[in-house]
Amino acid sequence: MDTKPPVKDFATDWDHTDPQWVADPYPIWEELRGRCPVAHTNRYGGGWFPATHEGVTTIAKDTENFTSRTVILGNGRPGDDALPAPIGVAPPITSDPPFHAIARRLLLPAFAPGPINALEPQIRALCQRLLDQLGDQEIVNGGAQYAQYIPPGVIKHMLGFPEDDEDLFREFAHIIVEGVDHPEEQRIEEFAPIEEYFIKQIEDHRENPRDDLTTYLLNVDIGGQKLADEHIFGTMVLTLVAGIDTTWSAIGASLWHLASHPEDLSRLVNEPDLMPVAIEEFLRFYAPVTMARLVKHDMEYLGCPMKQDDWILLGFPAANRDPAVFEDADKFIIDRAENRHVAFGLGIHRCAGSNLARLELRVAIEEFIKRYPRFELADSAAVTWAQGQIRGPRNLPLRILS
Amino acid sequence: MRVSIDTEICQGQGRCFSIAPSIFDFDELGNGVVIGDGTLSEETMALARLAQSNCPEHAIFIEE
Ligand code: HEM
Ligand code: SF4
Repeated sequence: MDTKPPVKDFATDWDHTDPQWVADPYPIWEELRGRCPVAHTNRYGGGWFPATHEGVTTIAKDTENFTSRTVILGNGRPGDDALPAPIGVAPPITSDPPFHAIARRLLLPAFAPGPINALEPQIRALCQRLLDQLGDQEIVNGGAQYAQYIPPGVIKHMLGFPEDDEDLFREFAHIIVEGVDHPEEQRIEEFAPIEEYFIKQIEDHRENPRDDLTTYLLNVDIGGQKLADEHIFGTMVLTLVAGIDTTWSAIGASLWHLASHPEDLSRLVNEPDLMPVAIEEFLRFYAPVTMARLVKHDMEYLGCPMKQDDWILLGFPAANRDPAVFEDADKFIIDRAENRHVAFGLGIHRCAGSNLARLELRVAIEEFIKRYPRFELADSAAVTWAQGQIRGPRNLPLRILS
Repeated sequence: MRVSIDTEICQGQGRCFSIAPSIFDFDELGNGVVIGDGTLSEETMALARLAQSNCPEHAIFIEE
């Protein structure tokens, strides 16, 4: 069980797993912005948390002084020798320049708006199928019965895996999402069936090439060289790790908002043209993803004495609530026209899947409110929010109103 | 009045071509590109400004 002492002062002792932060981090960040814009902690071996838009964007763009060698904050730090630096474990997210550009470049064409927009009919059909399965229950679980299944269903389709493997694939998605905090040996063990399945799929695609992401990765050519199977496997896993929990959280948080703000729900139902701006406001207000960096060398930075291997907790969600950049930053404004939010990060690591994530979020919400134009939280006390660096509602019981 | 995208700064966040598809398009990597030579009229100016104020990378420039 958790034996960590509770945080008394987030300016000098922050912890993003503290129950107060997990339950409602926004007032904490607001307070920090007022008195200590770059907070410090001695936990996790030492780290810094910039609470302002300026601090977050400055560090996100600075790959000279910070490394992405690891982007998930924990007690240990992967040593330089533990990883094939500068490649990192999951290119491109854990890669630094110059290798990062190569790993990213080869992914981008597959996630550009052209191929992604073509997926819209399949995503819509998937959402409708899930809604059909819910039938006319009075209480539906917007997280566990709906949002949770959309991203894995889409990625499975993109990778070109057999339709019949739906259940198996959902199981893999669970392993990946729920095991984030497990120790490394356990994680490797849990991953074994996934690796075995993926290798089988790679083999099958090599023999029967078709129009999907797996075949695309098999055909990628960098200076006359094909990708190693490990790189292909790593990239496939990354689409699961980076694409499932994140998008599911964004869909769930948006449903949670609509369930608890009937005026916004009815506006969205009656003014479907609002959807694109509303989606950006959902992403700003409920940005689900916080990343991490490591400080590369001792330095004075943003007025702080940073030490090599100190953590940086890169709070894109905090940046999105900074009143210096957003008018009425703490208000959800469904038709907010100017919205320079950074939910997908910025700089060279900008979310490669952002076009897909936006499409899934839009279609998931469109289909849900078309089927259920009125709904509310069935039991607000029963809603649970994930802790850690991906924030979103997990259990989300909704009462469908007629 | 002309609008341009600094391709060194643009990271393909895709806000510009969603907000103003008459002014911006995307390339095969998903980065923003200006359609034609980027000349703006009185009418398209406001739309270009709106796209500019939504670009998280500050990659869009407008010359008066
Ligand atoms: C609402 C959903 C999502 C959010 C909020 C989100 C957020 C982010 C953020 C903040 C980063 C930056 C990481 C950093 O700076 O260290 C990132 C990177 C990335 N994301 Fe997403 N993501 C989402 C969905 C997806 C999806 C659906 C995919 C693909 C299937 C995906 C694939 C990636 C990849 C490959 C990277 C690494 C890019 C690079 O390092 O160059 N993401 N994401
Ligand atoms: S909004 Fe900005 S970063 Fe995004 S594609 Fe357009 S110019 Fe590039």
